[in-house]
Amino acid sequence: MNTINKSAAQITATILSSKRVGAYHQILLSIGDLASVCRPGNFVAIAVGGESSKMILRRAFAISRITHGSASGGAMELIVAPHGSGSRWLCAQPEGSDIDIVAPLGKAFGIPTSPVNALLVGGGYGSAPLFGLAEVLKTRGCRVDMLLGASTGSKIYAPLEGKRSASTLKIYTEDGSMGERGRVTAPISSLIEQGSIDVIYSCGPMSMLRAISDLTNGTDVVHQCAVEESMACGIGICMTCVLPVKDEDGTVAMLRSCIDGPVMDASTVAWDLVGKTPPVVNL
Amino acid sequence: MKIDYEGFDFSTSLAGASFPSPIFTASGCASSGKELAQFFDLSDIGAVVTKSVMNKPRHGRPTPRMAETPSGMLNSIGLQGPGIDHFLANDVPWLLSKGSRVIVSIAGETIDEYSVLARKIRPVQGISAIEVNISCPNVENRGMVFACQTDTAARAIDGVRKIIGGEIPIIAKLTPDVTDITSIASSVVDAGADALALINTVLGMVINLDTMRPHLGGKTGGLSGPAIRPVAVRAIYQVHNAMPHVPILGMGGVTSGRDALELILAGASGISVGTASFGDPTAIPRIQRELHTHLVARGFTTLRDAVGYAHRAVEEGAQ
Repeated sequence: MNTINKSAAQITATILSSKRVGAYHQILLSIGDLASVCRPGNFVAIAVGGESSKMILRRAFAISRITHGSASGGAMELIVAPHGSGSRWLCAQPEGSDIDIVAPLGKAFGIPTSPVNALLVGGGYGSAPLFGLAEVLKTRGCRVDMLLGASTGSKIYAPLEGKRSASTLKIYTEDGSMGERGRVTAPISSLIEQGSIDVIYSCGPMSMLRAISDLTNGTDVVHQCAVEESMACGIGICMTCVLPVKDEDGTVAMLRSCIDGPVMDASTVAWDLVGKTPPVVNL
Repeated sequence: MKIDYEGFDFSTSLAGASFPSPIFTASGCASSGKELAQFFDLSDIGAVVTKSVMNKPRHGRPTPRMAETPSGMLNSIGLQGPGIDHFLANDVPWLLSKGSRVIVSIAGETIDEYSVLARKIRPVQGISAIEVNISCPNVENRGMVFACQTDTAARAIDGVRKIIGGEIPIIAKLTPDVTDITSIASSVVDAGADALALINTVLGMVINLDTMRPHLGGKTGGLSGPAIRPVAVRAIYQVHNAMPHVPILGMGGVTSGRDALELILAGASGISVGTASFGDPTAIPRIQRELHTHLVARGFTTLRDAVGYAHRAVEEGAQ
């Protein structure tokens, strides 16, 4: 029995819709039965550029949301920021196009078995997987508060239906063009002190994940973060997306964020060693 | 699911080791096999060439470790791995239990490390061949890559040969980053290599225009993918021409059955597929099917007849 990405499959998916939402594109893919095995926090790897493309690597995107029961079976929603040649190609594909996807990949967010107070924190397009996660948490009876941040208002992705899935939604922008001026991490300390959070789920830039991790350190709050490292394959064979992660003894190993993540227990990540080589331990 | 090749003889051999198909994984591009097993049956392909393993566990280089380039990519992993003891205790038994043929790739920082690795591998049952990756920096000689000089390349292979004897075929993996690859090839064959793996990645570099500094944590990286395929074809052709009786495991940018055929015509008896699996997890079984179709379409009835075909005179080549 295989244990890595055991629900993953490579399939051809049809683009059901693709529309611009602020600085992003919301893309809906028909994925049939694969929808039933996708979980919040999983990602999808998509071949870009067509057959004669010079882009040889897939692009990885967090699965934003899964919907079931449309006429064509299940569908997968992606929030794509068209900032590179691969994501621009994807956003330019018309409805009805067939694309080659591999999904679901990676470790999903852990869902509590009993109701908890959950705080969801998203930075930029990092908010993508949080809306699907919020819906799942709500069905488990959790209280879901959401904080979204970005440099400017157009980079906040917060669809109306998304607002409904959270009990509260607060928005922060660095230029003050939407919501409050400041960083999304600003209110977290006082929320922790008030004892009103059990679990933080976060997704966004590594600096944001680390900042939240510094705030939860030494508290009882569990912090699950979806990390972002550039990856070539997304399936665990290229060894490029590694992160320094501590085990119970504090020994650091370079783990692949594609198969040992993207969702990780933030308290195990050796944030100060990201981008460095851990000291050699003689075993 | 076993593939039926309808009477076509797809088998190949590398220095006495036999394989039902000539399409293998490439070292460092399949980890230890488990990751690809979700996408196809590992026993359906020629062999799994495992990621080059060193004597001790190793963290590798800092991130960023990769950069996509036009029709290729640079990687700078730095031989991250679990070390030979963990590898032989866990990964090899798992692969053999899945019915996979296993070629173990080893890497060392010293001549002695290659010998130590060979000593640990020798008693292990079921290994089809050893790939000796000598495209590693030699810490005893200013970080000079073993495979860049005839004498150090030969000494690394000699160190393995003395331990292994003739028990397991030894495949020496060479770098194309040399002035004359045939002289390196001839020195390692004289030292006891039974076959050659051509080519390793080509040394390259990318500078990040935002930071205006080298993009990779390790500064330089190995270029792979379709961008280097013509370099592979050239190296295989030159070496096969100089030493037609030495089997070659060819690799370098193979993405389709047509690419695999090109390297076979140049002189390769087997093909490793590496970077293509990053972009397409089912690339290996697909390339295997496509190669079969290409060979049949050209009138070949065995794979062996196609090996080195490009070296034949035109009139001789008429089928």
